[in-house]
Amino acid sequence: MELTPEEQEMAEGKYGKAAQKAMEILVTLGEIYGAKRLIDISSVQVAGVSYANLNEPGLEWLADMAKDGKVRVLTTLNPSGMDMEEWRKLAISEEFAKNQTRVVEAFGKMGIITTCSCTPYLYGNLPHYGQHIAWSESSAVCYANSVLGARTNREGGPSALGAALVGKTPEYGFHLDENRQPKVKVEVKTEVRGTFQFGALGKVLGDRLGKNISYITGIPEASVEELKSFCASYATYGGVALFHMEGITPDRVTTIPSETTEVSEDDLKGAINDLNEDTEIDFISLGCPHASLAELEYIAKKLENKKVNPNKEIWITTARPTKQIADRMGFTKMIEDTGAKVAADTCCVVAPIKGRFHGLASDSAKMCYYGSGRNKFSVKLMSVDECIEEALK
Amino acid sequence: MKLTGRRIYHGKTEGEALVTKDSISFYGGVDPETGIVVEKGHELEGVNTTDKILVFPTGKGSTVGSYVLYQMAKTGKGPKALILQECEAIVAVGCIISELPCVDQIDVSQIKTGMNLAVDGDSGEIEIK
Repeated sequence: MELTPEEQEMAEGKYGKAAQKAMEILVTLGEIYGAKRLIDISSVQVAGVSYANLNEPGLEWLADMAKDGKVRVLTTLNPSGMDMEEWRKLAISEEFAKNQTRVVEAFGKMGIITTCSCTPYLYGNLPHYGQHIAWSESSAVCYANSVLGARTNREGGPSALGAALVGKTPEYGFHLDENRQPKVKVEVKTEVRGTFQFGALGKVLGDRLGKNISYITGIPEASVEELKSFCASYATYGGVALFHMEGITPDRVTTIPSETTEVSEDDLKGAINDLNEDTEIDFISLGCPHASLAELEYIAKKLENKKVNPNKEIWITTARPTKQIADRMGFTKMIEDTGAKVAADTCCVVAPIKGRFHGLASDSAKMCYYGSGRNKFSVKLMSVDECIEEALK
Repeated sequence: MKLTGRRIYHGKTEGEALVTKDSISFYGGVDPETGIVVEKGHELEGVNTTDKILVFPTGKGSTVGSYVLYQMAKTGKGPKALILQECEAIVAVGCIISELPCVDQIDVSQIKTGMNLAVDGDSGEIEIK
């Protein structure tokens, strides 16, 4: 790979140890994937924040990088393992809270905006069409490429951090036009409505097509909330970073693929059925990816003046800024007066809740996947309304 | 016999090969506290990777796997070098942050479990002793 004089100096350690390690990561990845150079990026989203995943060695690595590392572009952060302010409400241990706080402080020391959210595009990290970015968090990567038309590979935590410290990323993969063209056409022959059905569609396509880039027709409209649910699910089940949805994805497609596959009502029902285990629900999770303001308002109005079954727990996970506005609007109080919990900064995928619950209901197909695999819960995918009914009964 | 591949991360070491034809997910697939492969149905399920030179086709799974490799390296568990057919980002980043010698583009079918290997991550050479 050809490096500029400044990049060469960074690689030699003239800009400090963290920048040198960052260059080592970027250059190695560039060489593995055949990049010719590094390119400027406008923003970064860093994942790998929960202490439950990092453990003490991961935290030490970050603290080491924070000794002399400073980000050079706008950089935001993925959810942590707890609500950074009200962690006691979620029954997080003192020890975990102390360690999680050290992790977030290390990121903050490097100049990262500690948003602790998986939907950076809702909170001030919004790239426009064609911009090069280096994001981790698979749902946000998929959203950025496919809905916003920005350009990013699926970064991991350290490679995203490396890109932030250098302000650049190696030019390969989804940064290049030729790798962004669809390979298979999908005709959706059934109506898809609501976050849970869009999640189910993501599972159908992910399971069937894997990483093949799809060109999706038959979705006349989709809300931001439906699209973020779809992106999260498709990225989880298929490992995809990019799809084209007709009328939504801004990227130009040179040739619509001739290979075609159809999604029927039965396919969609099949996916929902796969995520419908016979179980007693004791935990309900909404807000994966993080609930938007519209979602919090909807849930607040649905729950208002009702009581959650005291044997069940319901978390609505969201980002701190959304919760602050929801506080002002009275939504948080409407929700929490029922016994439900609004949890900011965290999510049920990365919070240390293994063993605490048995049966999980969620409107998110991604949440069902990790609830089942990582936390060993039995899971049920259902609509937001059904999740709320389940919490109340 | 010598095999030559591509340097992913520098460093030299010698040790016993542990070979699998299955790709490896370090996050969820290997227990970082023990270094033992725990993925159900994996060819190496129940086998300890500690102090071995791990030889496998490629990495897979969550990018958190890079941190799992790091945790094992820092606590003295897990492999002391990695040899792959085709390295991808998770393993590459894991080796860079852990400073573990790593070489790819090696015909891993030439290596059998129990062989004594010398890995030269600087030149990309693997010597079967």
